[in-house]
Amino acid sequence: MALAPAITDLEQLKSHPALARLLGWNPAAIQGAKFDREELTVWIEKGMIRDACAILRDDAGCPFNYLCDLTCVDWYPSEPRFEVVYHLLSIPKKERVRLKARLDSSSPVIESVTSVWPAANFYEREVFDLFGVRFTGHPHLERILMPDNWEGHPLRKDYPVEGYR
Amino acid sequence: MPQFPATTVAEPSQDRTLILNMGPQHPSTHGVLRLVLEIDGETVVRLMPDIGYLHTGIEKTCEAKFYQQVVPLTDRIDYLCPLTNNLTYCLAVEKLLGLEIPAKAQWIRVLLNELTRINSHLVWLGTHAMDIGAMTVLLYCFREREDILRLFEMVSGQRMMTSYFRVGGLALEPPLGFFERAKQFADRFPGNVDEYEGLLTGNPIFRMRTRGVARLSAEDAIALGATGPTLRGSGVDIDLRRDSPYSGYENFKFKVPVGTEGDVFSRYVCRVQELRESIGIVQQALAGMPEGRVTADAPKVVLPDREKMKTQMEALIYHFKIITEGFTVPAGEVYQAVESPRGEMGYYIVSDGTAKPYRVHMRGPSFANLQVLAKMCEGHLIADVVAAIGSIDIVLGDVDR
Repeated sequence: MALAPAITDLEQLKSHPALARLLGWNPAAIQGAKFDREELTVWIEKGMIRDACAILRDDAGCPFNYLCDLTCVDWYPSEPRFEVVYHLLSIPKKERVRLKARLDSSSPVIESVTSVWPAANFYEREVFDLFGVRFTGHPHLERILMPDNWEGHPLRKDYPVEGYR
Repeated sequence: MPQFPATTVAEPSQDRTLILNMGPQHPSTHGVLRLVLEIDGETVVRLMPDIGYLHTGIEKTCEAKFYQQVVPLTDRIDYLCPLTNNLTYCLAVEKLLGLEIPAKAQWIRVLLNELTRINSHLVWLGTHAMDIGAMTVLLYCFREREDILRLFEMVSGQRMMTSYFRVGGLALEPPLGFFERAKQFADRFPGNVDEYEGLLTGNPIFRMRTRGVARLSAEDAIALGATGPTLRGSGVDIDLRRDSPYSGYENFKFKVPVGTEGDVFSRYVCRVQELRESIGIVQQALAGMPEGRVTADAPKVVLPDREKMKTQMEALIYHFKIITEGFTVPAGEVYQAVESPRGEMGYYIVSDGTAKPYRVHMRGPSFANLQVLAKMCEGHLIADVVAAIGSIDIVLGDVDR
């Protein structure tokens, strides 16, 4: 089974319910899309991520009502350095979509989606703890896995695997 | 959508309340979970889980290992269902590589996964019942669990940290006599489930401790990200084995038990029904086991047979290269979700085209389920906290990773 090449053309992908809904809402919020290995990724303008999530959650035809996962990837040393990754699932329609927002290392700040899904609470705390990305509007942004007095953010690529000695 | 305020308990919020620390060394927290409770008499006012005692940085470690070296690490995340972790990781890497897995390997993976589910549910059932006061069930459950662990030992040499699934198939063919032993177990097991149910389902004390306790509505369960039997117990009909089949699950017939009440008893009924469905899948897998190889035809990814390695130059070269340099994976990213005993277990893997994963993120179902605990317990009696923890079936290795 050879890998099919990734599709990045918005025109070819707009039949997917998530992308169709986002294009109908605000095409300016979409920075790009990719369909690769049967999975759709949509890059969202970082200032609009909360609104985009709320739009997808409340879609009448295919509501992406479940937040599966929220995490982050560090692309150090290239810029924009951080990519916050949201995996959404539509329980009624069994569709999945991955949203991404890019953040610069100078201001790793993004709006929290806890007001859309309360489930984001722990995930955003984990990303804050391990990557140092801050979420504005989060009700309780504190470290969750590491001790409160820990220095640094362990999953950043410039943090050594053995830790600081 | 309902909103839930975050709870930070450091000081009592009222004069009449006090702060109670439960765990991390508490037998009913199933590991090292610490709960900070604010109580008013016997009633829980606020509950805040404090986690991280078992954080080992597995995600960071994965970034420094070759793809095949990550498999043993995945065992140690959710240590009650190591084979499900192995499967999720292998499926994700196989998706990145575009590998096709032979039917026999897929069926053995399904067979062992369902045995893992039974194994995990037996530990849950025994400990959950013991928390509530039914001591006997634990001994019965661990008796059958021992049989399953012996089956795991037959195939992999290990009782718990199996690492039996590899990228591209299985580590080895199952040994002679394995399928017969598995068949004997599958024939006997439904009678054992009757035994557990005889002790619990109609037991008036058990019913009083579980019915109407720690209720969770379907709406809250979805908003708070509950998953697996916790979500199904609240009446949401979702099971990834049926809804987005992987590893050949589309060939098997099984029902998805869904509860209605959303209480502890409803989640108990869901899991016990799942035990029966799982053994049905095991029977189907044993009856229809296909013939053929157990590894994919991909010499650059799958280690060659020992015999070939010793007699053929080419196989020796591949063996040497895979061991010393690993195998490269085309750049890209995948999210692979699998229905683990506790719910949706997801692996998000980013590859940058080298032999080591750029980023591995594990979406642990226990981490997701822990968030609903506050909603279940606030406003209820402190004795019901123990029943609620048992009913969401968390594994702290999976929470903290």
